[in-house]
Amino acid sequence: MMEVFVVSLLNGLVYGMLLFMLASGLTLILSMMGVLNFAHASAYMLGAYFAYTISVYIGFWPALVIAPLLCGLIGAGIEMFGLRRVHRNGHIAELLFTFGLALLIEKGVQMTWGLLPVPYRVPELLDFPLFKVYGTQFPAYRAFMLVISGLMFGAIWLGLTRTRIGLVIQAALTHPDMASALGHNVPRIFTLVFAAGTALAGLAGVIGGNYQVTEPAMAFTMGPIVFVVVVFGGLGSLAGCFIASILMGLIQTFAVVFDVSLADLLAKFGVTVTSSTPFAEVLNVTLPRIGALLPFMMMVLILVFRPRGLMGTRDT
Amino acid sequence: MTMLRRHWPWLLAFVILLAIPFLFYDWGKGRHSGFVLTLMSEIGVMAIFALSYNMLMGQAGLLSFGHAVLLGMGAYCAAHVVLLVKAGTIWLPTELVPLAGGLGGLLFGFVFGWLVTKQRATAFAMITMGLGELVSAAALMFMGFFGGEGGISIDRVMDTSLVGVRYSSPWQVYCLVLVWAFIAAVLMKLQTQTPLGSMANATRDNFERAQFVGYDPRMVRLYQFALSGFFAGIGGGLYVLIYEIVTFDTVSAAKSANALLAVYIGGAGGFFGPILGTIVVVLLQSGVSLLSNAWLLYVGILFIVMVMYAPGGLIGLIFMHMPIWRAGRMRELLLPYARAFPPALIVLLGFVLLVELASFTTIGAAQGKTFSIGGNVIDTTAPLPWVIALAALVLGTLWLRREARGFRERWDAVTESIKLKGAMS
Repeated sequence: MMEVFVVSLLNGLVYGMLLFMLASGLTLILSMMGVLNFAHASAYMLGAYFAYTISVYIGFWPALVIAPLLCGLIGAGIEMFGLRRVHRNGHIAELLFTFGLALLIEKGVQMTWGLLPVPYRVPELLDFPLFKVYGTQFPAYRAFMLVISGLMFGAIWLGLTRTRIGLVIQAALTHPDMASALGHNVPRIFTLVFAAGTALAGLAGVIGGNYQVTEPAMAFTMGPIVFVVVVFGGLGSLAGCFIASILMGLIQTFAVVFDVSLADLLAKFGVTVTSSTPFAEVLNVTLPRIGALLPFMMMVLILVFRPRGLMGTRDT
Repeated sequence: MTMLRRHWPWLLAFVILLAIPFLFYDWGKGRHSGFVLTLMSEIGVMAIFALSYNMLMGQAGLLSFGHAVLLGMGAYCAAHVVLLVKAGTIWLPTELVPLAGGLGGLLFGFVFGWLVTKQRATAFAMITMGLGELVSAAALMFMGFFGGEGGISIDRVMDTSLVGVRYSSPWQVYCLVLVWAFIAAVLMKLQTQTPLGSMANATRDNFERAQFVGYDPRMVRLYQFALSGFFAGIGGGLYVLIYEIVTFDTVSAAKSANALLAVYIGGAGGFFGPILGTIVVVLLQSGVSLLSNAWLLYVGILFIVMVMYAPGGLIGLIFMHMPIWRAGRMRELLLPYARAFPPALIVLLGFVLLVELASFTTIGAAQGKTFSIGGNVIDTTAPLPWVIALAALVLGTLWLRREARGFRERWDAVTESIKLKGAMS
């Protein structure tokens, strides 16, 4: 039991940190600009695909730097030539714009790299088991992912709290009108934040693309879960986002491990579920099967009961 | 008679829609074209769906990302009702199956509406997305109600018809779809004039004021949501009758996205925008997808162009011309339009060629097809077609920009002078 627990904890942590890389950029964008960026997970996908192509020609390590930069550039372009123009028509139009963009990017990726998954693999240098926990190997690449995302978390934290531009961004997060009234160039900060957020998503794609599978559908599988994290953590709160990411990562990994159902729970109280019990099918579903659903249940619940999320400063 | 005089466009549309399949009628074999009938039935169902979506988006300003849940739940309910009728448990004429779907949609509209209508704007969008994900996952999980991955299949041929038709042919089903689509559209049009319809507009435009007047905006939204579910459910019931199967894609995010695309491309403001948008989207989806792998790309581009340059949608573009048309000055715009047409065509052709070349090298080639225009096979690996496509795109864009400037000047001059005349008279 202990073995399963430790391994799941480690895997949940890795997945949670990957989610955090994606969600941190989206949190910044959403809380500052009010734009629910549907194309954020598409940047994650682009990061993975760019990294694959670059690693074929130059190798994984340059890709780790170049692919996020490319994504950041694309993000800056989207903000300057697209979002800024659409902004006049309101938030809904901005949201729809990014939604259309997500469709386009998915199709564009299909047209460039094909419909099938590409063989994007873990670099050979990191392709060995780092240590053994109770007989289960822990790959070095997962440790590398933890290191990168930890470094990134530190960098964002320091950047936001210790630099001047970070302070302005923080001010714009909580008091956007005040920041612009004080004479800060808020549009330029918008571009910067959007580009940085997209680059972060790209970086997550580079290190997550070979951890998961690099395929055209990866944006649409990853997209909703990232929204869940951002909404659950709360607007304007990077710490909330961090906690929510780790929580979701742990929930999803642990849900796979515990093979229990509501019927088992009821059996503890002396109620036996047979096929004639009402909702027997619902009661008999085991936890691993609904593992993927848990985050969405949590999102719906939190939006109904506490729309500002775990640690948010204002309503969604 | 006055009814006829006022509502002749509805009647005309009905007659035209009834006549269109006969344009594709094979007189030699005495058969309708099955493809055309299915396509038009699909348009009918999706038009109801898009109109019901517009009850949320256009009227109440609620952007939903899970509207297909209502369509799908209606469809599943209708499918179960048909199975019960088949088993002899209950009696219901085939014509009223869509109504059963509608009641299912209404029920689930209340249940889901209760959860989601507390919020609005972005939170509403998120929560509907979450619900959509939940339901589409549940549809794969629970065999009893949803039938799992295989869905639930039915046989629409029953002996319980009111008019003695067995609905064994697509033509009979199309007539049923047409009638129901008209009933639903008329009801939805009338709904915009009810107090509820007006209050939905009020909660969209000024939330606080609607509250001060004494209405509970949440209740207004809940009733609007449930009613929208009712009409979506009717669409779901028709869907079941057309395809004789309902699977988890009726509740999927892709279906919801279709409604969103149709409404936005057609225009959310007016009543007829969603219908226009549906026609465009379904034609692109069913027609272009036969010719090209990239139909989603074209829909996406159209959508983005609409969001960026014409927030009113296609119907908005048409309405922009109305004052000029009434002033009888359309003729002055003909020349600028004619001048902008060739470069626009060149840009379009260049773009389509480029997209097709690109999608062909990766997707089409893997499927082992050959790329040909007018019988001439094009070698996608040679540089020449790419150069032609790129050149058409770039040069056409430059030319179009020049013409667009002239067009805008002309447009501004005409609208300005119409406004002046209106102010003087």
